[in-house]
Amino acid sequence: MSVTKEQLLALPHAESQAPIRSEKKSAWISIWRQRYLYVMLLPAIVYYVLFHYLPLYGATIAFKDFNIMKGILGSPWAGFKHFEYLFALDKFWEVIGNTLIISFSRLLVGFPFPLIVALLLNEVRLAVFKKSVQTIIYLPHFISWVILGGLMYNVLSLDDGVINNLIKSLGGNPIGFMTDEKYFRSTMVFSMVWKEFGWNSIIFMAALAGVNPQLYEAATLDGANRWQKIVSITLPCIRNTIAILLILRLGNIMEAGFEQIFVLYHPGVYSVADIIDTYVYRIGLAEGRFSLAAAIGLFKSLINFILLVIANRITRMMGEQGVY
Amino acid sequence: MRLLRRQGLTFDVINYSFLAFLAFITLYPFWDSFIVSIIPMGEYLSSSLHLYPKSVTFEAYTYLLSMKELWNSYGVTLIITVAGTLINMLLTIMAAYALSVEELKGRRIMMFFIVFTMLFSGGVIPTYIIIKDLGMMNSLWALMIPSAINTYNLIVLRSFFQSIPSELEQSAKIDGCSEMGVLFRIVIPLSLPGIATITLFYAVAHWNEFFNAIFYISDKSRYPLQLFLRGMLFENESTYSGGGDSPYLLGPAIKMAALMVATIPILLIYPFFQKHFAKGAMLGAVKE
Repeated sequence: MSVTKEQLLALPHAESQAPIRSEKKSAWISIWRQRYLYVMLLPAIVYYVLFHYLPLYGATIAFKDFNIMKGILGSPWAGFKHFEYLFALDKFWEVIGNTLIISFSRLLVGFPFPLIVALLLNEVRLAVFKKSVQTIIYLPHFISWVILGGLMYNVLSLDDGVINNLIKSLGGNPIGFMTDEKYFRSTMVFSMVWKEFGWNSIIFMAALAGVNPQLYEAATLDGANRWQKIVSITLPCIRNTIAILLILRLGNIMEAGFEQIFVLYHPGVYSVADIIDTYVYRIGLAEGRFSLAAAIGLFKSLINFILLVIANRITRMMGEQGVY
Repeated sequence: MRLLRRQGLTFDVINYSFLAFLAFITLYPFWDSFIVSIIPMGEYLSSSLHLYPKSVTFEAYTYLLSMKELWNSYGVTLIITVAGTLINMLLTIMAAYALSVEELKGRRIMMFFIVFTMLFSGGVIPTYIIIKDLGMMNSLWALMIPSAINTYNLIVLRSFFQSIPSELEQSAKIDGCSEMGVLFRIVIPLSLPGIATITLFYAVAHWNEFFNAIFYISDKSRYPLQLFLRGMLFENESTYSGGGDSPYLLGPAIKMAALMVATIPILLIYPFFQKHFAKGAMLGAVKE
């Protein structure tokens, strides 16, 4: 998009008259003056309507008997039929259970760990060392789950993976990290933490950088040691960041990591590995039961939303700023 | 006093060692896979811990690079990464800029509608139906258009734009700059760390494209790299053996070579962006 000479000439003129007429100017004139901004916004509006609001409307097929030939509008209403069917399904509760177990374990291990890493990195005075460690631990965040899944197979393999070779040389029995139902979920949780702990520490590092250094100086004069400084200065100063992150994570509790599980699971571990998203994929696309799959998706959205509201309420009661 | 210093030293030793250990366990899987991709099968089978290669062979890479499917999927991924990121940046910059102008009428309501989509979504099935109805099945557009704007990136970029003092923009306008002129001559140059960060995020997302591809692409000749890779790594590799050329013996080496071929581009561009994104991601995070 180029700017014509006329526009360039016209603008300063319009600008210089603006203050005098601003009182009487109606909303329409100001909208007209901002027309280029609206033109710039237009693609985004179209995008959000097409790919976010239309699917939101499309979610009504959870209450319909969706027929691909008749479309979303033409399909007949079915009430709560699909939800009733769903809630009576054993597999559905198993899937919800798996999702919650994986998600909460990830929160339990994966939430405090980046905070600890950030606190430790913050104590490092050697800038080169700090930067090198950061560069390395951010890296897995940028690598796809397909690739990381391949790495995991290589390192965790039952026959010739490094870990099992180590276990064998120490006299133990090899562990089927990805094939055994007993270990599958833990493997998923730990590898998720492995992938994201570095990246998640960035935001804590940012919060730590915002703490007033004078507080530390004063504490040093008072004879506080590192541990006392962390407990009585650092943590209180960043508790709002911690609270907000925790709310956001709780609002996402139904997301247990579709890509990773989809890449790594197999029918042998379905009973412990199937999460809501993988189940929706299988019954929705593989079996073509669109309405049922949409009902699960809607249920998931609703739970997420409720959790977010509750978590936000709790943090506000604790005297912190929430997300809204 | 001496006791205190010794305590500090012990802490430092433990701290540095622990962080070095974290860096090691992050890097080791990559290193191990790289070694597996370049050592001969005999060495792979004889030793359990491959800290360094005793002998090197590029057989696996030669075999891999002769595969038509690899080049196909590499091409698809390159197209969606370059074109997709361009679309992303164009739309995100325009929208973020417009939404950063405080006097824009209706700005608040539009922000509300945008943020709302982060809380509530129709889910994958309704989205799938709409993309099917739009006729995007098996088209590379399905990997670019439905993810044209990432709301989080939009918010980050908008807060970058907002942090530019509005006096600068005002005076540029008085000097005869149009909206476009302000955007290109002032706002964008001053937000380069943010723009670099978001470009990297978008490019990496396209490079790692998997989710949308499994939904919308079934034609194997249009598989992006990650789907090709999944086939190599997790499905029966005989599909790819193509003949009597003993794929079994090359098995793990070829898999790891494929993995390297998909990872190396990220390893190459990542250092160039790193100094920006640490700063960029932080600024976005703090402002939000």
